[in-house]
Amino acid sequence: MEFDASYSAKKFKSVGTRPDRPDGVDKVTGRARYGADFNMPGQLIGLILRSPHAHAKIKKIDTSKAEKLKGVKAVITAADLPDLTGGDSDLYDILDNCMARKKALYDGHAVAAVAAIDAKTAKQALKLIKVDYKILPHVTDVDQAVDPKAPLIQEKLVTGGVDPKPTKPSNIANVSQYGHGNTDKGFKSADFIVERNYKTEQTHQGYIEPHACVANVSSDGSADLWVCTQGHFVYRQNCADLLGLDVSKLRVTASEIGGGFGGKTHVWSEPVALALSRKAGRPVKLTMTRDEVFRASGPASATSIDVKIGADKNGVITAAVATLRYSCGPYAGMWAELGAMTSFACYDLKNVKTIGNEVLVNRPKTAAYRAPSAPMAAFAVESAIDELAHKLGMDPVKFRIKNSAKEGSKSSYGPVYGPIGIGPTLEAVKRHPHMKAPLGKNQGRGMACGFWFNFGGQTCSTLNIGADGTATISVGTIDVGGSRASLSLIAAEELGIPYKHIKAVVADTSTLGYNDMTDGSRGTFSSSIATISAARNAVSVMKERAAKTWDIPVENVEWENGHAVAKGKKYGNLPKLSVKDIAAAAGNTGGPIAGHSELVADGAGVSFATHICDIEVDPETGATKVLRYTVVQDAGKAVHPTYVEGQYQGGAAQGIGWALNEEYIYGDDGRLQNSGFLDYRIPVCSDLPMIDTKILEIPNPNHPYGVRGVGETSIVPPLAAVANAVSNAANVRMTHIPMSPPRILAALNAEKN
Amino acid sequence: MQYERPSSLKDAVDILSKAKGSAHILAGGSDLLVKMKGDFVEPDLIVDIKSIKSLNEIKKTAKGFTIGASVPCAAMGEHAGLKKAWPGVVEAANLIGSKQVQGRCTVVGNLCNASPAADSVPALVAAGAKAVIAGPGRRRTVAVEKIVTAPGRTSLKKGEIIDSIQLEKRPKNSGDAYLRFIPRTEMDIAVVSAGVSLTLDAKGVVKTARVALGAVAPTVLLVKEAAKAIIGTKLEKAAMENLAAACSKACSPIDDKRGTIEFREEVSGVLAKRAAKIAYKRAGAK
Repeated sequence: MEFDASYSAKKFKSVGTRPDRPDGVDKVTGRARYGADFNMPGQLIGLILRSPHAHAKIKKIDTSKAEKLKGVKAVITAADLPDLTGGDSDLYDILDNCMARKKALYDGHAVAAVAAIDAKTAKQALKLIKVDYKILPHVTDVDQAVDPKAPLIQEKLVTGGVDPKPTKPSNIANVSQYGHGNTDKGFKSADFIVERNYKTEQTHQGYIEPHACVANVSSDGSADLWVCTQGHFVYRQNCADLLGLDVSKLRVTASEIGGGFGGKTHVWSEPVALALSRKAGRPVKLTMTRDEVFRASGPASATSIDVKIGADKNGVITAAVATLRYSCGPYAGMWAELGAMTSFACYDLKNVKTIGNEVLVNRPKTAAYRAPSAPMAAFAVESAIDELAHKLGMDPVKFRIKNSAKEGSKSSYGPVYGPIGIGPTLEAVKRHPHMKAPLGKNQGRGMACGFWFNFGGQTCSTLNIGADGTATISVGTIDVGGSRASLSLIAAEELGIPYKHIKAVVADTSTLGYNDMTDGSRGTFSSSIATISAARNAVSVMKERAAKTWDIPVENVEWENGHAVAKGKKYGNLPKLSVKDIAAAAGNTGGPIAGHSELVADGAGVSFATHICDIEVDPETGATKVLRYTVVQDAGKAVHPTYVEGQYQGGAAQGIGWALNEEYIYGDDGRLQNSGFLDYRIPVCSDLPMIDTKILEIPNPNHPYGVRGVGETSIVPPLAAVANAVSNAANVRMTHIPMSPPRILAALNAEKN
Repeated sequence: MQYERPSSLKDAVDILSKAKGSAHILAGGSDLLVKMKGDFVEPDLIVDIKSIKSLNEIKKTAKGFTIGASVPCAAMGEHAGLKKAWPGVVEAANLIGSKQVQGRCTVVGNLCNASPAADSVPALVAAGAKAVIAGPGRRRTVAVEKIVTAPGRTSLKKGEIIDSIQLEKRPKNSGDAYLRFIPRTEMDIAVVSAGVSLTLDAKGVVKTARVALGAVAPTVLLVKEAAKAIIGTKLEKAAMENLAAACSKACSPIDDKRGTIEFREEVSGVLAKRAAKIAYKRAGAK
């Protein structure tokens, strides 16, 4: 039966409270098991040999010496991962990225791997593998890569999405276009126009836990994989496809996760570990070092974005255009397309056009990073909006309110909005005391808005009632940001039992049906719908059991506050039965009690946020200090408000790091210069003020409680909010992120001269 | 790999003198272990000097202070006498790494690692610190600025160990200070740094001064022209501008992942001015 997930207002008992997190004790005591904490008897250590070249033809790989080394049990190259992709180009890209087939396409690209009895032997073996490269010219810069003279990364690739199809290959994999109206006409009626190019450098998600797994392939074709991932079902599918295994015979068990932020939605070394295990006939443990994580997992795009926005003197935006170039690494992606879709999503525009160019470069394959592609587009657009407000002499908040999208607005990417939160977040910011706080010398304030789609997708869960009346909820979405706490609250709410009587677990791939991965802020949104549905099914069973116990028609049984209650004149005197009572009798009333749910969680409500940031700039050194930061975001309904606030703060913190200091720095040789946390500068605690949050609750009509995903939107506005604050503090428009001290000082000096 | 933990300096020198292949001295290990983990070095021999008792002490003598080679920087921060006499040296030592790293790392290690960005070195050079060297030959004492010859290289000969750092007794009305520029607030490597040490006369005029810069050249620079710019002044505006100009001029930095040439040239002067101001105040100027 299809589950009706539509919203209805209700009073909550558990939802909206802030109990301790269920995974907290194990995490702070070190008992929690992360990817690298799994071990198997007889396991080997796997290591990967990586290309030191940004772009090189692999002429020959000689593994014979490594194979002869004592203690080496398997050496593999691309030849051990035959192409089983059957023309699926996305899957082929994954395969080629896991182990380079003909060319090494970036510094860090895997070219061979070994499994040996210990790390020392494996390290020695790597040194014995001889790779004969023919070094090719490379390109790492997104603007240089679109130059017709740039070296071609995929020699046969012809740009898609353009009519007529180009005749010559290029590094632009695809072009996408969104919008409506007539922008040329719109600009003609503009009194003020801002037009600029904005650049953002490549950033990494910076999760503290590096990728790690243990693979164990049996000679009968079955296999196990223990792995740190955001989506064990997706990993299972990809690994099974690439290794030619039956999906049902590969069991993937997810570990605790020390951060993912999108970077663990993609397989990197897991197929390699499985291939090594298959060849060696022993379990293989493979953990990436931080250097490998930076060089060879999936960072976000570097971008170059042209924005032009015009407004009339009344402050109405008449036209808006953005042309976006996003780096994809060496394989086609849809990163610029996501940028093109999100660019102007906060605004109600008559004339809007966005064009996304997917650009190939000799850098690691781009992966999702928290609201992928939206922060860079928001930086460009919200910077231009800020500048335009200044030109108009209008308050930047009022200017945005005047042009913000509302229910019924046609979004710049197509759909017409339902009830949305952009207007309310702006109104809340307008009233917030932060906006009125005084600023000192060399200090500036910036604000910016952000949008993210959110996603639902395939979900299933099982709720089992224990013999003592407690309950276990088994879900297939990885808990990256507190979903187990939130789902426990929701199960408690539905069953009417205390939060502490619920245990939420992430089940392995053999225990539940397929679940999409935890991305698109879907973990709590989608699994909560499945949890509500499963809990209601379990309640139905419990009502039936109570009816059976009482020997009355089930229609006369209702569920109230965790109890079956008999209703009607005839049965009203029967004493109510608790979950515990019903569970204890289950063996005599029909067996174990469980509720199941399989569904597609549609209607993840779009999400909006507005941020305010105060910054002080040292005019002599370009140093910045974040003085104050406020996040206002719509949560639909905050299930566990502390976690929601944590998501807001975490997104802001990552965005501030991105805005100020984080960047991939490549040398002229195409090699990454800063593949470690010393020189890839994420903020440390003392860099940030306490980040204030304000949760708005505009119910999502497509969730029984009104819940919206909250995980990603918080990283969308910070780049722009920080840039606007720095620009206002320094009195010079900053258009290149990160705004590191050398860039700020150079901009100040350029302005002086 | 061979690991030795001698209990006397003589034994340490003997072992190092006879070593074949690559030999490394281990004190706190905050550089060596990182390099080993990153496969930048593969030592054949490691000589751990932490069991040599005499190297574990900060000694106050009639001539000043002696800081043993295995004294962790955190211990310097807890030594009230040293902190009072040489606040700039101590603050530099206590900027290295994190609290945990400071419990291990040493100023001698920081010096011998021979990084142009070493935090304690500009402060030591400004302070006129000397290194006492033990070896197969005679004990010798040399100015700290003579130890590092190039990034990663020192003037120490085979078998030689720096036994300690000497800081002289402070005359009245003296002060020192160290400042570094990092884009974050901690846990970072200096992009530019400046150490200033000065002594004032009774009228508050700078009598003697030493100015050192870090991370702006292959080795830490002792900038005599910068010192000249403030000697005989009360750090008036013109003197400060001359100080900054002399520092910027002395730099020969590179563009790298941490900063640009222009940035380092400009900010070296800014930091020298700010450090001079702090040192001046510490010297008791009103």
